[in-house]
Amino acid sequence: MRLGYILRRFLFLIFVMWTAATVLFLIPRMSRVNPIRERFAALARSTGYSPKDLESIIASYELKFGLDKPLPQQYVEYMGSVLRGDLGVSLMAYPKPVTELIGEALPWTIGLLGVTTVLTFLIGTVIGALAGWPRSPKWVKGMVPPLMILAAIPPYILGLLLVYFIGFRLKLLPMGSAYSAGLTKDWSIPFILDVVTHAILPAMSLILGSVGFWALGMRGMGVTIQGEDYVNFAEHKGLKPGRIFYWYYVRNAILPQVTSLALAFGGIISAGVLVEGLYGFPGIGSTLGAAILANDYFVIYGIGYITVVAVAVSMLMVDLLYPLLDPRIRYGKK
Amino acid sequence: MTSAVLQVSDLRVTYYTDSGRTKAVDGVNLTLYAGERLGLVGESGCGKSTMALSLMRMIKPPGRIESGSAIVGDENDNIDMLKLNEEEMLQARLSRIAYIPQGAMNSLNPVMRIGTQMMDAIQAHIPRATKTEMKERAEASLESVELKRSVFNMYPHELSGGMKQRVCIAIGILLSPKVIIADEPTSALDVVVQRQVMETICKVQEKIGAAVILIGHDMGLMCQITNRVAVMYAGKLVELSTVREMFTDPMHPYAKALIASLPNLENKGVFQGIPGLAPSLLKLPSGCVFHPRCQYAMDVCKTTTPEQAVTSSGRYVYCHLYGKAGQPLPGTPLTKSEATNY
Repeated sequence: MRLGYILRRFLFLIFVMWTAATVLFLIPRMSRVNPIRERFAALARSTGYSPKDLESIIASYELKFGLDKPLPQQYVEYMGSVLRGDLGVSLMAYPKPVTELIGEALPWTIGLLGVTTVLTFLIGTVIGALAGWPRSPKWVKGMVPPLMILAAIPPYILGLLLVYFIGFRLKLLPMGSAYSAGLTKDWSIPFILDVVTHAILPAMSLILGSVGFWALGMRGMGVTIQGEDYVNFAEHKGLKPGRIFYWYYVRNAILPQVTSLALAFGGIISAGVLVEGLYGFPGIGSTLGAAILANDYFVIYGIGYITVVAVAVSMLMVDLLYPLLDPRIRYGKK
Repeated sequence: MTSAVLQVSDLRVTYYTDSGRTKAVDGVNLTLYAGERLGLVGESGCGKSTMALSLMRMIKPPGRIESGSAIVGDENDNIDMLKLNEEEMLQARLSRIAYIPQGAMNSLNPVMRIGTQMMDAIQAHIPRATKTEMKERAEASLESVELKRSVFNMYPHELSGGMKQRVCIAIGILLSPKVIIADEPTSALDVVVQRQVMETICKVQEKIGAAVILIGHDMGLMCQITNRVAVMYAGKLVELSTVREMFTDPMHPYAKALIASLPNLENKGVFQGIPGLAPSLLKLPSGCVFHPRCQYAMDVCKTTTPEQAVTSSGRYVYCHLYGKAGQPLPGTPLTKSEATNY
């Protein structure tokens, strides 16, 4: 039965990936805008040079990209290349493949956004759990409103403030980029330390900006759970408050937080666009921003596709993790 | 009579709400004897559950236990629940006085196995117990409430409502407490399961020799199960009698009206309601709290709170119709209007 559950989840993942690929195939082809023509038009605008045989150049590019073939054939070939992990060629960094472009940026994003998402989740959940617990001291409960104010400020505004005060005025931390110019990218200690120092400010703007939401979510759930009969009965049993706090209160209140965590993981690619841009951080967000400015459809769709896949994969992880957290799901479905 | 296992005296609990102070339990005196089953009845909001929770020291803000004592145990070994420090109070819960909750459907932690929830209760009181000992004790307890030992490894969602209630009882008797408070333990169950669960409670109670306080509205159930019945009204105990006396010859006018409101075989279809509504605890009537609804109200009832009267057979009644020894006073509406027969 458990094997069936896992199998069903995997099939669902494949279905989501297929749907995403199909939608991404159809959208540009339904649009009247021809990316190749757009590219040459942009070139003409910026250089003032318009090739005389523009139409034949466009036609030859369409031939190259296979855009002259009938739609069903294009679809089959497109699906074949997606299966092989080929998302096409970037227009702005021609002839670099989209996957290579994404591959260079992805580790940075996963490093920054992945770590901050986990940290935000942990900090916010702990604060929220304590804030919703009746026996907590007043100052803990008082932490949620200031965090909510921070959460109401967009992370890029927070980022600007941090850059200005900590980076520019106090000169405590570097203001941008992911590592100092001139260092070679390797796994040496100085380089790693350099990367960490560069990551502190962007990480702080992301953490401060969203920890309030996690705290609020956990507190809301916690307030409900602490009034549950089983928490009361645990007190009637004479259990120590610490035991009740973790095993009866947190363990039940955390369940919706885990779902949110998976969704947040899926969203890390788009979550960092503005902050990455602000700090000149070489992640997926910056790449996406550049691709949008350059009308680089293939990169935009490629990033869109891996975003969908990321969400689907994190949902799969949650589906596989959830039964361990909540026994009601384990045997729930046939 | 056997020795007392619970002596409650002058228990007062107040809730400090925004709209004022409410005396949810107001000067309750009560003695519970070993092996006894005491029923506690009254309208919703009359303070039954609050009284039970205050005995467990489970009153939470804005509620506060103002005064009183609740001595659990016999003369040789007793504690006052209301005067223990935090640590001692946690130890006393479950081991001396156990509570079987009202909402058994939700009283078990959905993410923990039944066994784990039983073992953590044992471990909180007997820290040195080994896992094998705890498991044996928990499984034996499950067996004594007629559940299979295998329930130990199950999760709450795999059990029916009646089984969950039995698990709660099994947890309640894990440490053989002297007093068990069962707060409407069967209100969410159908009558068949209700009866089975009540029989289980009685059986394990006799086995471990505990006294039971059974809280509820179901007078039929009280009549079958309990030895004595206490009637509460607006935070006060108004009468405490043996079950036979309560049902055949109630003394307090509220108890009389309550018994008269029950359907019986002789006069089918004729129900006698109690006029008026229970008062708001925020705005209690002066004097005797029942006087606005009382058929026998006299002038004195409007001004003076009645004192406790104790009859020779040990009944308590709080009413101006009776003298210190519970004898009906001459010249009261009760003695005059005997013919009306409530």
